[in-house]
Amino acid sequence: MTDRLELTPSQTVGPYLSLGLTWPEGADVVPPGTPGTIRISGVLHDGAGTPVPDGMIETWQADPAGRFAHPDDPRGAAEPSVPGFLGFGRCNTDPEGRWEIRTVRPGPLPAENGAVEAPHLDVSVFARGLLDRVVTRIYLADDPANDADPVLNSVPAERRDTLVAQKDGEGVYRLDIHLQGPHETVFFTV
Amino acid sequence: MPLTYPYAEDTHPALDSPGYKSTGLRAPTQRPIILPQRFTEITGPLLVGEIGPNDHDLTRQHEGEPQGQRITVSGRVLDSDGRPVPDTLVEVWQANAAGRYAHARDTWPAPLDPNFSGGGRVVTNSLGEYSFTTIKPGAYPWGNHPNAWRPAHIHFSLFGHAFTQRLVTQMYFPDDPLFAYDPIYNSAPEGARERMVSRFDMDTTQPNWALAYRWDIVLRGRNQTVFEEPHDD
Ligand SMILES: [Fe+3]
Repeated sequence: MTDRLELTPSQTVGPYLSLGLTWPEGADVVPPGTPGTIRISGVLHDGAGTPVPDGMIETWQADPAGRFAHPDDPRGAAEPSVPGFLGFGRCNTDPEGRWEIRTVRPGPLPAENGAVEAPHLDVSVFARGLLDRVVTRIYLADDPANDADPVLNSVPAERRDTLVAQKDGEGVYRLDIHLQGPHETVFFTV
Repeated sequence: MPLTYPYAEDTHPALDSPGYKSTGLRAPTQRPIILPQRFTEITGPLLVGEIGPNDHDLTRQHEGEPQGQRITVSGRVLDSDGRPVPDTLVEVWQANAAGRYAHARDTWPAPLDPNFSGGGRVVTNSLGEYSFTTIKPGAYPWGNHPNAWRPAHIHFSLFGHAFTQRLVTQMYFPDDPLFAYDPIYNSAPEGARERMVSRFDMDTTQPNWALAYRWDIVLRGRNQTVFEEPHDD
C-alpha cells in the first residue's frame, strides 16, 4: 500500500508550443498513401469567432478493426490492422486556425451491457488561454452506428452536431471546433 | 472492475480564470459533459517518435554553448498511486537565459541566443526517471496587464500511459519573487500550485559544471478496485 501522491496541476501551453511539441509527420496517423485514408480538418475558433492561430489538436483512436496496440485494452494489445497505423495524431493550428489530420476510419468499440460506441476519435485541444486541455470527440457523419452511440446520446440533441464531422467530398471530413459562442463545441470531463 | 483513472478535484486551474485575460474568449462556458472512461480513454499513445542524440541536452544542439547558467532538471514521473510511469515521452520548451523564446512571434527586445533553440524531449526509463541538461530560463514580460512578468519556467508535456493521463504544465524555480504577481501560476489552487515548483538539489549538482533542480511529476492514478473474497482463516 503506497501513500497517495498529489497530482501536478495543469498549465497553459502558451503561445510558443511549437518550439517543443513537434512531431514529424504528426498529422499522419497512417503512412501517406495508405489505402482508405481519410482527411479530417477544421478551424479552431474562439468565442468571438476568430480563428485561433496558436493552438494544437491531438487525436487518439482505435484502428479500423476497433483495436488498440495497448496492454490496457481489456481484449489485449493488438497489432494494428493497418501497417504503420499510430492511432495518434497531432497538428498545430496554422495562421488561419486550421488543422488537419490524415487517418483511417476507426472501428466501433464494445461498451458495457452490449452497447456499442460508434467509430470516434478522442480529441485534446490545447492553446494559449486554455489552462488545461479541453477534451472533445469527432464522429463521422455517415456512420449508421452514431444513432446508438451512448456518448452522443448523453449529449443534448441540439448540440450533438458539434461532435460530428460532415462529409466534404470522397474521404474528406470537416469539423470546426468552437471554444465558445452560439456553436460552442461539446467538451467532456474525462 | 474496469480500469479507470479517477478525476482529481482541487488540482487543476479553473479554465475561466479572469486574471489571465486570454481565458476570456477561449475558456468554454458550457458545463462539460461526463465522458465515461471506456477503451479509448484508458488506452493512449505509447509511441514516441524519433529521439535525437541531443534532444535531452539543450546546451548541445548548436555549434557553441548557449549563454546562461547551466543546469540539470531531473526527476521522476509517477502516478498518484506512487507507481513510476516508464517509457513515456517528456517534451519541454523554454525561453533562453534572457527570457526570449526562439519563436517568430516573440518579439520583445531581449537578445536571441544563436546557440539555443529551447526544445527538448526524453523518454522516461524503467523507474520513471527523466533528466535534461539546459540553461536556466529568464523571466519575461507579457501583455496580460501593465508590467506583467512571467516567473522563470520550463514548459512540460507528458503523455503517461493513457489518454486520461495527458498533462501539459510548467515547472518553476524555487523562491521566485514573481510568483505573487503571476495569474498563470496562481490559477492553480492554493496548496496545489506549489507542486509545480522544483527544488534545488545540491546532491545532484555536477562539480565545476552544472547546478541541479529536481522535480517529480504526478499523473492521475488508477482505480482498479479488486473485490477481496472474505477469508475464513
Ligand atoms: Fe512560457
